[in-house]
Amino acid sequence: MAAAGSTVRPRTAAEKIWDEHVIAELDDGASLLSIDRILLHERSGGVALRSLREDGRKPFDTSLVFGTMDHVIDTRPGRTDRTPVPSGDMYIRGFREEASRQGIRLFDIGDPRQGISHVTFPELGIALPGTTIVCGDSHTGTLGGIGALAWGIGSSECEHALATQTLTRHRPKQMLVSFEGQTPPGVYAKDLILALIGRIGAGGAKGYAIEFAGPAIESLGIEARMTLCNMTVECGAWTGLVAPDVALLDYVSDRPFAPAPQDWEAAARSWLDLRSDPGATYDRYAVVNAADLDPQVTWGTSPEHVTGIGSSVPDPDTLADAEAARRALDYIGLKAGTPLRSVRIDAAFLGACTNARLSDLRVAAAILRGRRVAPGVRAICVPGSTAVRRAAEAEHLDRIFVDAGFEWRESGCGLCFYAGGEHFDPGARVVSTTNRNFEGRQGPGVRTHLASPALVAASAVTGHLADPRDFL
Amino acid sequence: MSPEPLRFIDGIAAPLLRNNVDTDAIAPSRVAPASLSKYGYGHVLFANWRFDENGRERADFVLNREPYRHAKVLVSGANFGCGSSRETAVWALRDYGLRAVIASSFGGIFEANCFRNGILPLTLTEPQIESLAGALFETGDPRIEIDVSGLEVRAGQRVTFDFQIPPREHRMLVEGLDTIGETLLRVTEIDEYRERDARRRPWIYGPTRG
Repeated sequence: MAAAGSTVRPRTAAEKIWDEHVIAELDDGASLLSIDRILLHERSGGVALRSLREDGRKPFDTSLVFGTMDHVIDTRPGRTDRTPVPSGDMYIRGFREEASRQGIRLFDIGDPRQGISHVTFPELGIALPGTTIVCGDSHTGTLGGIGALAWGIGSSECEHALATQTLTRHRPKQMLVSFEGQTPPGVYAKDLILALIGRIGAGGAKGYAIEFAGPAIESLGIEARMTLCNMTVECGAWTGLVAPDVALLDYVSDRPFAPAPQDWEAAARSWLDLRSDPGATYDRYAVVNAADLDPQVTWGTSPEHVTGIGSSVPDPDTLADAEAARRALDYIGLKAGTPLRSVRIDAAFLGACTNARLSDLRVAAAILRGRRVAPGVRAICVPGSTAVRRAAEAEHLDRIFVDAGFEWRESGCGLCFYAGGEHFDPGARVVSTTNRNFEGRQGPGVRTHLASPALVAASAVTGHLADPRDFL
Repeated sequence: MSPEPLRFIDGIAAPLLRNNVDTDAIAPSRVAPASLSKYGYGHVLFANWRFDENGRERADFVLNREPYRHAKVLVSGANFGCGSSRETAVWALRDYGLRAVIASSFGGIFEANCFRNGILPLTLTEPQIESLAGALFETGDPRIEIDVSGLEVRAGQRVTFDFQIPPREHRMLVEGLDTIGETLLRVTEIDEYRERDARRRPWIYGPTRG
């Protein structure tokens, strides 16, 4: 019950947010949770809204539902409803029609608020600290970076959320991941989360709500915290978050949909109260020394196939799942023992909900300034939102990208996941700021190496996987 | 729409004994449906593994071989259904004719999606899966029985295991529960919560700026 807030047991930040949202404890052990924000996109939003309508139901509270176009829209300049994705315009028009019919606010193509859900909704202050947020996208945990309890759901659960403004869930186990020390220059939030996934495995935190804490997290910018939380699903976690602090209040204040001035003080106070209590206990703990980390890069077809840029491709026989590693190396076209820094690339991609915010673009631009992409390398930058694109243009970052040889795109999920539309060439090796290196993720036969924006930029100019510290 | 109740499964099991089978692999998103529907995804299932670039069946893929072509159950490894939240992965399994996946763990969103679509995500330990796979795939008799109501899986007389599902999810499967209808019976409680919460957190409700 909401009254659980008065208990004396020390609680974690995630437990506090959970408790605040419990409408009822059900007799089968699940909790009925109030959902503060439902975020929709064209790939699954139209299907959910239409199915709801065909079942004779309607959204419970349209003022808490927001939509944008990100998954299948074209990211090439001058875009329209047409997209290279087969049936893409069906998703776009179908979502627009259902949203309009059912009174859902939609940030459509051409709207300055359009962008990748997990980038634009926090920028707008629609995603807020201390809220429960769901979206039909597995990377919704990103919003834990602003202290929200946010998780990805399927289309049918989305219908439940729309029709009732609630979801039923079992209380998650709690995990504390502490990053000790400070990240050295050239090491970023992306490296922290990749290193964690490498240690605990792609299913290693199954079902947990992870709280990230420690000195290295406290000094992370808010956008970097979103990068960190973006990939919690890649270790199987239900979600992840960083508890609110003063830096977060600075980030949220003055956002277009942030609490009104008369509510601000109460909101800010309530958010800081969500910090985990001293003495709160977790079901599991992990510690990573951030100061010891090298820039990370993946060598296989799972985010857990990751190591430092100074390392070599590991011998599958030394790994827990040798068979999967052998299959991965076969797909990725690398031999055990190959130094990663010698691996030539065909393309560099900077984009996606993981790493396409303004701070990411600045890091990459600092390396690209006055340099050129290596001959034969295709390089693409897809800003995370229309607002990010415009802010980058206002400080002339677009010129740096274009002068270096990057394509400068409109915002969207773009080439992060292949949906039958644009893709890199079959067999191409791509160094990418995205979050999944699965087989075929960026196109049939495409080999993806996940890394930070800095490592992607450094690799783009050298033509092989490169250490960004050589460019600092 | 609620799924059909799922109480008993009796049919062929097919081996897909590897870890981390992701939802991109289960339902590649390049295979586009014809409408904004939740049905008609059978041809999408494992499309990159089942078919070559010309759409012909790849003879070496398990579901293209007899008797596995008629499988009702898949037996896989750890972290089945990791990755994207796409419910098309579950719709593709369902529309192909599969009713259960046995694995040592599942991607969380995939698992939740299964219960809402009449697909049983059945978790066994790795040694149990090894023993079950031996009984099914090394004897020439891959017939499996799963008593969903009674929470028991059997490979002939050879191997029997109990399994667990949380009570709510169990009811969703065996009753074909209309979860939205059930929650809406609590609409008064929901309204009362929201009234209390709106006094405490007025900034949550009716955000109109921007």
